[in-house]
Amino acid sequence: MITLDSILETETTSSSKLLLEADSLACIRDDRLLFENLSFGIHSGEAVVLEGRNGTGKTTLLRILCGLRRPDEGEVRWNGESIERCTTEYHRYMAFVGHTDGVKRELTPLENLRVLQTLCGKGNLSIEQALEAVRLYGFEDVPVHYLSAGQKRRAGLARLLVTDARIWVLDEPFTSLDREGIKLTESLMDLHLSNGGALVMTSHHEVNLLAPNTQVINLSA
Amino acid sequence: MSVWSAFIQLIRRDLVLALRRRSELANPILFFVMVIVLFPLGIGAEPNLLARMAPGIVWVSALLAALLSMDAIFRSDFEDGTLEQLLLSAQPLPVLILAKVSAHWLVTGLPLLIVAPLLAVFLGMSETALGALLISLALGTPVLSLIGTIGVALTVGLRRGGVILSLLVLPLYVPVLIFGASMVDSAATGLSFSGQIYILAAFLALALSLAPVAAASALRISLS
Repeated sequence: MITLDSILETETTSSSKLLLEADSLACIRDDRLLFENLSFGIHSGEAVVLEGRNGTGKTTLLRILCGLRRPDEGEVRWNGESIERCTTEYHRYMAFVGHTDGVKRELTPLENLRVLQTLCGKGNLSIEQALEAVRLYGFEDVPVHYLSAGQKRRAGLARLLVTDARIWVLDEPFTSLDREGIKLTESLMDLHLSNGGALVMTSHHEVNLLAPNTQVINLSA
Repeated sequence: MSVWSAFIQLIRRDLVLALRRRSELANPILFFVMVIVLFPLGIGAEPNLLARMAPGIVWVSALLAALLSMDAIFRSDFEDGTLEQLLLSAQPLPVLILAKVSAHWLVTGLPLLIVAPLLAVFLGMSETALGALLISLALGTPVLSLIGTIGVALTVGLRRGGVILSLLVLPLYVPVLIFGASMVDSAATGLSFSGQIYILAAFLALALSLAPVAAASALRISLS
């Protein structure tokens, strides 16, 4: 339902629009309570960094946020609607990079990203531009298993750029990247945030983002 | 970005993948050929007995070959994380699963159909029985792939899902085996086999419409 008020409201708050909202989430895993009553909102232009010791449920929380796992209590809302009810729309505007790179070893980066675009929709960047952005240009026709672990990771990160994802869910995105790769990823994140995107991530590395709005959530507490 | 283009793209991707790792491609077909070739050697030179047993031999081998190849449908996708990407895509999951099953059948089921005539001659099958065999395999092997997909979707997250997969799936395979083999048997003895065609076709219709949905739910549970 579109009313004048709702249009005005979105216009005035577009600079920090609430994209994703976690409402009193709880998760039980193997009879162990990982977290409960966890609520937070992610606005556009905002980065959320999850911290906590190993086994405190960072990855589980990310999987709940992207819709791979159901929370035992509470719900995740995208634009005010539960992600279980608007799964298709939510998945078009959400990109997830997990522990695995999510690229097929036998295919080239170009082929991998082309399949992804038909599955998740095209974004502003072309595949070539995205590969250029992660410094994989020149390797676009090389099957991924000839690439190094770090280059493979970059191919995985290029997935974020070729779709129209507004929210990035990143689980240890810096794994196996070199120092330059980490800097590069951070600058891509900053660009994404300044374009009105948002991200949630975990990392064992120090995260240096320019973004003024960085929310740190500690799961060990 | 339509559902149809995603369906086609995914089939194409899986066919390209199969082509780039040919050794896996050869596995089920090699198994099928070897079992059937070994039977006459084990039983001895008795053409009548062989011809009598041929429908059962071919169908049991096809069923086991299908079961053997089933695990591969999601295994590599699960390991490299592309299965998660399928679950997180903006397309309906059952359609994507149907695309994966189609591609899987094209590389594991279709080759069985292609070599079956040669092996049928090898076992001394008559011409009418051969026709019935091809029709029964064409209708039956897609059903095996579709049912198997549900089992694999349930077990893909387990480290040793192989045994459980067989236990889950074999009972569901039995009706297909019974009607498939009996169809070839009827044809060999000169009886009408249209009844079995209809039943296998009904199995296929049922599996085509229900299996992708069931497998989609099973995958969501496995990956959560």
